[in-house]
Amino acid sequence: MNNLEKRILMNLLKIRLVEKQISERYAEQLMRCPVHLSLGQEACAVGVCQSLNIADQVYSSHRCHSHYLAKSGNLKAMLCELHGKRSGCCGGRGGSMHLMDVSVGMMLSIPIVASIIPVAVGAALSFKLKKKKNIVVVFFGDAALEEGVYHEAANFASIHNLPIIFVCENNKYSCFTNIENRQPNDDFTRFAKCHKIKSHKMSGNKVMEIFYKTKDIISSIKKNPSPFFLQLDTYRNVEHCGPNNDDYLNYRNNNEISYWLQNDPINLYTEFLKKKKKLSDKTLDKIILKLNKEIDEAFLFAKNDKFPKIDTLDKFIYAQK
Amino acid sequence: MHKNKRIITASEAILESTEQYLDKFKNFIVIGEGVNDPKGIFGTTLNLFKKFGNTRIIESPVSENGITGISIGLSMNHFKVLLVHQRVEFALLSLEQIFNNAAKSFYVSNGTHKVPIVIRMIIGRGWGQGPAHSQSLETIFSHIPGLKVLMPSSPYDAKGMLWSALEDPNPVLIIEHRWFHYVRGYVPKKNYKVNIDKPALLIKGNNITIVANSYNVTEVIFSSKILNKFGIYPEIIDLRVLRPLNIQLIIQSLRKTKNLLIVETGYKQYGIGTEIIAQISENKLVDKIKSISRIGLPDHPTPSSRSLAKKYYRSSKEIIYEVVKQLNLNLELKKKIISYYKKKLPSTKVDVPNPEFKGPF
Ligand SMILES: Cc1ncc(C[n+]2csc(CCOP(=O)(O)OP(=O)(O)O)c2C)c(N)n1
Repeated sequence: MNNLEKRILMNLLKIRLVEKQISERYAEQLMRCPVHLSLGQEACAVGVCQSLNIADQVYSSHRCHSHYLAKSGNLKAMLCELHGKRSGCCGGRGGSMHLMDVSVGMMLSIPIVASIIPVAVGAALSFKLKKKKNIVVVFFGDAALEEGVYHEAANFASIHNLPIIFVCENNKYSCFTNIENRQPNDDFTRFAKCHKIKSHKMSGNKVMEIFYKTKDIISSIKKNPSPFFLQLDTYRNVEHCGPNNDDYLNYRNNNEISYWLQNDPINLYTEFLKKKKKLSDKTLDKIILKLNKEIDEAFLFAKNDKFPKIDTLDKFIYAQK
Repeated sequence: MHKNKRIITASEAILESTEQYLDKFKNFIVIGEGVNDPKGIFGTTLNLFKKFGNTRIIESPVSENGITGISIGLSMNHFKVLLVHQRVEFALLSLEQIFNNAAKSFYVSNGTHKVPIVIRMIIGRGWGQGPAHSQSLETIFSHIPGLKVLMPSSPYDAKGMLWSALEDPNPVLIIEHRWFHYVRGYVPKKNYKVNIDKPALLIKGNNITIVANSYNVTEVIFSSKILNKFGIYPEIIDLRVLRPLNIQLIIQSLRKTKNLLIVETGYKQYGIGTEIIAQISENKLVDKIKSISRIGLPDHPTPSSRSLAKKYYRSSKEIIYEVVKQLNLNLELKKKIISYYKKKLPSTKVDVPNPEFKGPF
């Protein structure tokens, strides 16, 4: 494995293992906030964020764990937030749907569908006005395209040639409702074309392909600023909100589920590395062990961390200066 | 109260009323994000599409402002529409349609276009929902002439008021507290109407008038039972209808008790209590008032962390303390009440509904 391949592997696995541990530990009832896990969708975050630098900004939605981690958000601060603790990335005020770590450019996550998109466009406009060479990435789900505000924001980004990548992670569902029951087709590049925005649709589970594509997009934006729309087709492995599998409810058909499980982004990547003899089972196990140790420590930290002080409850309603 | 009568939850009552109205009126449509899914809006629309089909129970794209306008268009063309939002916050994207078109079309069309839609919205609470999934924004809607705003607190009212709302020729908003869905109580099987133009007197009393809305009615009744043990009998009024606001019942009660406490689910500042108290004092409606007080949410967003939420929400504790203060009880009695309360207090967590929470009716 070269450095890049290794970084990608570590990132993918870290998100997978963190999400798995959240899912397994949720029943202890110490993380008392809704969680929208990224299990199954890790490659989108990792593939896109890998080519970003620290001054590039990421904005996200309710399903923000993977974006936060892929942008190198602090793991302890994330888990403290989920535990409602003082060292949480929002001091315990936001919970799992508001993850941010400004120190690494993970700016903001907002749980109201599509609500983040214009905010990200505003950030891109600020880059343009300040003549910065950085770019903005905004992640959202397929349902966000059904909100008017996406179109308002995309149109604006287009006419002002803003340096932003709209990344739509299409996992086919809005909660329980299949895309077929919400839109006439699942090629969302049409929502880019109508705003004269360049676009591309591809698998969201093939991390290297996403990485190379994003790299191209970024270098083209840096040369010639303009928005880009990237559709990544993927799948979530567990329920919309919560730690469990809910496929007993039969809203997703079995063929579909098994197709996507066979195309699990982590397996695809580790198999690819193994085939090229760049990764052995032994090394993989070692990496997993090491990551799990880091994650265990972070969970322990979150458990032991104090709750926020009660007298901070009404702090930060207004800024002083 | 109603021995041997059918006891169901508020969410079951809402489902039943909706189903009966679908049976009765062919041009009645239910629309919303999640109305056809396996959870059916906390059970309130569960499986309706199996009986009525997905042209009458319409699963919506995630397009709140759009579907609100679409519902208004339908309702101008002789359809009845029930639009459902799983959280009040999602309806915020449709304020434009609600405020400008639903509320005003009848007025601007010189009485031509009626907009008989009903919009149900749910206030979240608990399990670290955080700032964007737990707002109690009823007074914002209540500000707008042309809208009617209801907040039922019992399964009986949930069923009957929904029916009345559906029969009403105006846009009616029903705001349901998430914890109210679990309240259990007597509900007749047959459909019936409950008036949607005034509050209801729930429990007669004489020392103090307590006005509450939605889930808080449950907290007030719990508090009142404790106070009763010490000879204090609050008169309890369930506000139920925020717009049109009719304060006659409150005035009558206050003339007797001379003490008023208003307990609301939303912010205290610019709240329901503000309006009620203003109307009473402006018009000098009651002589010799001894005390007036309000309990509502403090002036900041809902924190996710349960350690912070604990101090954010108001419960029977604040209600009892406030009554004790208002009635100026002597120290000994005060101590007795508080120590009794502490024993009685269900060991609840602030982020899950009260286990006592079987509903008072
Ligand atoms: C404006 C608004 N409407 C409805 C919701 C409720 N809601 C939360 S997540 C979600 C599904 C969103 O689906 P998608 O954008 O595809 O993202 P996914 O959850 O699949 O990642 C919905 C409808 C919301 N949060 N905000």
